[in-house]
Amino acid sequence: MIPLSWYIIFAAILFCVGLYGALARRNALAILMGIELMLNATNVNLVAFWRYGTLAIRGQVFTLIVFAVAAAEAAVGLALIISIYRRRTTIAVDEINMMKW
Amino acid sequence: MPFDLNDPFGWFGEWFRGLLENLGLAPDAVTFVQNVLGAFVLGTITLVATFFLIWAERKIVARIQDRLGPNRVGPYGIFQTFADALKLVTKELITPTGADIVPYNLAPLLTVMSVVGVWAVIPLAPRLTGSDINVGVLYVVSIGAVGTLGIMLAGMSSNNKYALLGAFRTVAQMLSYAVPMVMALLVPVLLAGSMGMVQITEAQHSYWFILLAPFAALIFFVSSIAEVGRAPFDLLEAESEIVAGFNIEYSGLRFGMFFVAEFLHAFTISALTATLFLGGWQGPGAIEYPLLGLLYFFIKTAGVYFVVIWIRGSFPRIRIDQMNSLNWKLFTPVALTGLVFTAIAEKIATEFSLNRIVLHLGSNVFLFLIVLTALRSYARARRREQEGLALRGSDLPAANTQTQS
Amino acid sequence: MTIVQLVFLLVAAGALFAALMVVLSKRLVHAALWLIVVLAGIAVLFVLLNAGFLAVVQVAVYIDAIAILIIIVVMLTQRAMGATKIQVNRNWWLALLTAVVLCVGLLALFNQMPALQSQAPTLEADAETLLDDLGVSLVDVNRFILPFEVASVLLLAALIGSIMIAWPRDSASEEERET
Repeated sequence: MIPLSWYIIFAAILFCVGLYGALARRNALAILMGIELMLNATNVNLVAFWRYGTLAIRGQVFTLIVFAVAAAEAAVGLALIISIYRRRTTIAVDEINMMKW
Repeated sequence: MPFDLNDPFGWFGEWFRGLLENLGLAPDAVTFVQNVLGAFVLGTITLVATFFLIWAERKIVARIQDRLGPNRVGPYGIFQTFADALKLVTKELITPTGADIVPYNLAPLLTVMSVVGVWAVIPLAPRLTGSDINVGVLYVVSIGAVGTLGIMLAGMSSNNKYALLGAFRTVAQMLSYAVPMVMALLVPVLLAGSMGMVQITEAQHSYWFILLAPFAALIFFVSSIAEVGRAPFDLLEAESEIVAGFNIEYSGLRFGMFFVAEFLHAFTISALTATLFLGGWQGPGAIEYPLLGLLYFFIKTAGVYFVVIWIRGSFPRIRIDQMNSLNWKLFTPVALTGLVFTAIAEKIATEFSLNRIVLHLGSNVFLFLIVLTALRSYARARRREQEGLALRGSDLPAANTQTQS
Repeated sequence: MTIVQLVFLLVAAGALFAALMVVLSKRLVHAALWLIVVLAGIAVLFVLLNAGFLAVVQVAVYIDAIAILIIIVVMLTQRAMGATKIQVNRNWWLALLTAVVLCVGLLALFNQMPALQSQAPTLEADAETLLDDLGVSLVDVNRFILPFEVASVLLLAALIGSIMIAWPRDSASEEERET
């Protein structure tokens, strides 16, 4: 049916797309979206390895932990972005380069 | 194969399969066609039923308000909704300038999709479910929140500040009330030992879950009403509030879709309450004659829907700050505590083989007394504060420390 | 080419195209919507991998919580970055090079691993038993209770922390900054 390599290749390409998004964009929210893409790629990897017998139930448990971590990181990241926007009226990360205003 | 009264839906499926296989289709393709047709029929029936739901609501609310309701178009005004739908269909679809085209058109579709999608997992009769997945409850939660996404897109793409504000408030209310709703949803999952809706319905064969968890049923019911956005929680779309909220820039059939989605959502949560707490299709003789099960399901859903309409006609609208404090200060802690009590009571009941109903009812009464005491002391503190404000200028120390406002 | 393979190829291609649109979109709102498409595609992939519970959790956590939050914050900060400003920073070519090199390297690595060509073993247990096993493994003292509890503490810390960070402090100085 579907060989394991298809899922792994898909996850690798998704990870690299997310990496480009996280490294190249100026907007803090766009960076956050790139990070979410990377986390989803690892989730696909983990569940594929669980299904194809390499990891045991560890695959699904790790995926649940990654869900929790991603939710926590998105919440804190968005709170930070809102707080920065309140002070500087900008969220372009190359304009937020001074510690004290 | 003769018509089997004990399994009419299976008989129909077999007859249909025989029909299609005689036409020469492969067995897999026949299953696929059956599934697609089943989904189509379920979606169409729910959307067409909305016409009669709207009519029923208008008549009942009218009677509560001591007037007649629609009574001109057809006998007892039964075709009124068809006339309204015809009017909406023939209206011009105005797109505001500067609106984001794709989310603007996608939003009503997402909202309707989320509501109709919930019907896929509700067990309508024994052995008649759209899709018997074993995570049905979680599926209901996640698909229900896709509607929230649709509303956010609607407010965001309308190029209108009031629509955006209305959408923010709506999304805030829906996401807030989803929290106690999900926690109250976990109580029947605990009691039945499974997240699948079919398993929850079958676990209520001796007594309904509302006997075991009346508090959770109440919290689920009220949170669902707030989640839908119906009165008394309808400040989001009332005309005297933020000018119809997120759907201010929608006209014609797109607005009709939001309208349909809201009424169908109310009926859907009635169906969910009936399935989770009132036993769904359970009733005398339902297992031998599944058509009776279907009848029981619709009677229970209609009863809960009547209560929803009754609540709409009876209570005044609450303000947004009252709504927020009600959710976070009352519903969420009570739902969480109720969940913990249910878990403890269930464990004690299975470990020591005590009477389950008595133990759960006892824990619910205990929770009710705690909540009552807390509410009483809160009301007393508020009353004292109000009296302290009113008695300004007297010898009371509370009045002397008040600053001029 | 079976039906399942066709479905996988369509969903994977759609998700990758949407991911490209996420990182290349000029308007942030569109990027957020494409992100929702990616997340939904991944949920479908989870269903194909017989992990139905994780698919529903993916929809509930990512699409219904994180994606809506991202859209709300995009709307709140929309004044900052309009569609006309430059969306990539000065070293975007370096990021592109890194991503491409990493991708090519990973794909070359996967070519050399014959174990990756394996087909899926048949699942011995049905979905209910697998779900039970997952639930038990999360609370079993000998298995994964520690990461489970640490994740819940992490969520609590994130909850409190994000409220504290986003709390509007010192509203007087904010008003005089806006005038």
